[in-house]
Amino acid sequence: MTDFTSLGVKDIRDGVAKGDFTAREVATAFNAAVAQAASLNAFILTTPDHALAAADATDAARSKGETLGKMAGVPIGMKDLFATRGVQTTAASHILEGFVPEYESTVSSNLWAAGAGMLGKLNLDQFAMGSSNETSYFGNVSSPWQKEGSNAPMSPGGSSGGSSTAVAARIAPAATGTDTGGSIRQPAAFTGICGIKPTYGRCSRWGVVAFASSLDQAGPMARSVEDCAIMLEAMAGFDPKDATSLQMDVPNWEAALSGDLSGKKVGIPKEYLMEGTDQAILDSWDQGKAWLKDAGAEIVDISLPHTKYALPAYYIIAPAEASSNLARYDGVRYGLRDLPDGAGLQDMYAQTRAAGFGDEVKRRILIGTYVLSAGFYDAYYNQAQKIRTLVSQDFEKAWAQCDVILAPTTPTASFPLGSLDADPLTMYLNDVFAVPASLAGLPAMSVPASLTKDGLPLGLQLVGKPFDEQGVLNAGLAIQQRAGFTAKPEQWW
Amino acid sequence: MSVDKQTVAKIASLARIKMSDEELERMAPELNNILEWVEQLGEVDTSNVAPMTAVIPNVLRLRDDVVDADPLTGGGKRDDILANAPAAEHGFFGVPKVIE
Repeated sequence: MTDFTSLGVKDIRDGVAKGDFTAREVATAFNAAVAQAASLNAFILTTPDHALAAADATDAARSKGETLGKMAGVPIGMKDLFATRGVQTTAASHILEGFVPEYESTVSSNLWAAGAGMLGKLNLDQFAMGSSNETSYFGNVSSPWQKEGSNAPMSPGGSSGGSSTAVAARIAPAATGTDTGGSIRQPAAFTGICGIKPTYGRCSRWGVVAFASSLDQAGPMARSVEDCAIMLEAMAGFDPKDATSLQMDVPNWEAALSGDLSGKKVGIPKEYLMEGTDQAILDSWDQGKAWLKDAGAEIVDISLPHTKYALPAYYIIAPAEASSNLARYDGVRYGLRDLPDGAGLQDMYAQTRAAGFGDEVKRRILIGTYVLSAGFYDAYYNQAQKIRTLVSQDFEKAWAQCDVILAPTTPTASFPLGSLDADPLTMYLNDVFAVPASLAGLPAMSVPASLTKDGLPLGLQLVGKPFDEQGVLNAGLAIQQRAGFTAKPEQWW
Repeated sequence: MSVDKQTVAKIASLARIKMSDEELERMAPELNNILEWVEQLGEVDTSNVAPMTAVIPNVLRLRDDVVDADPLTGGGKRDDILANAPAAEHGFFGVPKVIE
């Protein structure tokens, strides 16, 4: 009998289409794996009936000889930042606890139309603010990975930590993620899986709980580059409901996948060689260069001079947008209302938001409010937006020299839960390599490369030109073919 | 520039988040650490740089100027919109009394 939970998106889709097994068998196996893995805390809510109903619809369509969708028969995990009609959507916050949308996000709607089903709503950092999945109102997510010889719970990364854990633990073949400043790539790297953030505007933001609207992008997380290509095709597409949606056709990324990089130039940005980066990360970066060279690419040195300013600029821009976006949680329209006896409207706002937001969310709202306040706007926000222009121009200049950029995804491997929570700044540094591509709206991917001597996964990051997801996926595939990353976490849950 | 407890209290009030004295005490040094760190942006000469407005060049679309031109983004959703309201009455959001 096939162990369905070891299968990825492509295997499931093709197996169902060929009739090797039914979609219902697959959904049943994953529902059971999800139920058995409650100790990972990857899901805020499980929806086994949704997965089964979608599977039955696929099986019925197949028996009638109908054309099957790109994700037909594949049950996935849905990050709980996507509004799902009739299914609680919380952004891992108390303020949205019990919120049941009357509408479906465009991305999830596209996935259901492509034949996917939903195993449940995945845990995340509260409002996607965090890099370790320790800010969720519904508790930390544990990575399925542990250091060799230790059983200390490790961080699955964040904010898409429920997604990374579910995919790495084989309780979902794939999951949606969102990436504002690394929230797909960093958790993918920490858990030995793939994840791609497409060009800003490829995936509709409609129905995705907003964090920083000029940065937020949805993308797939899965265990292979092929699976990411398939799922991204299903997620992406023009949406009139999102003013920043790209009015472009979705390419057939899967069909055009090729690990042959002959004639391609891969840029190595010298500014990413930073103090404090683990030797293991540097070694893995060198290994990555060798792999891409072996695939036929030419390796060229490039310079992205404003790299060091990208992260501080991000920590002005993202909180500024968040403070504005999160103003909607007021105890009036949806979610929590905390109305002390005899309190007026203003007290109700302040009390509701005090009770409904976690510490990290409050911290970022306060930073954002401060940098946008009268007298500070120019010094902070406007200066950060100018730096963002410079970061983006750095990349534009680099594209004259190379087709794709190779860099580490993170400065370290995963760390034990609770080990970095004393200082918010140390936590922010996790995204130092991920944020520049976010500020420039570029497609970027993390693929697993190797294990540290402690047995923890490391990822390599590929950044591409605007709209060139294909170049990113192809370079990712070249690494995947050479890294031979087959390690998986030993089951302890 | 650094913020003291009073400034944090002012920001919290602008952001409509009630904070206890203890929370303000704790938040002030955390915010200062972050603000001190982002101040390095001042090193960069940006006198001839325009602030970023759109990360990927895009055009703003206009729809036809008629009611419900696009049923997906049109109106007629009152009950859906009120469905999650903590207090909805007579087709409106309910709030505490705001006039004296």
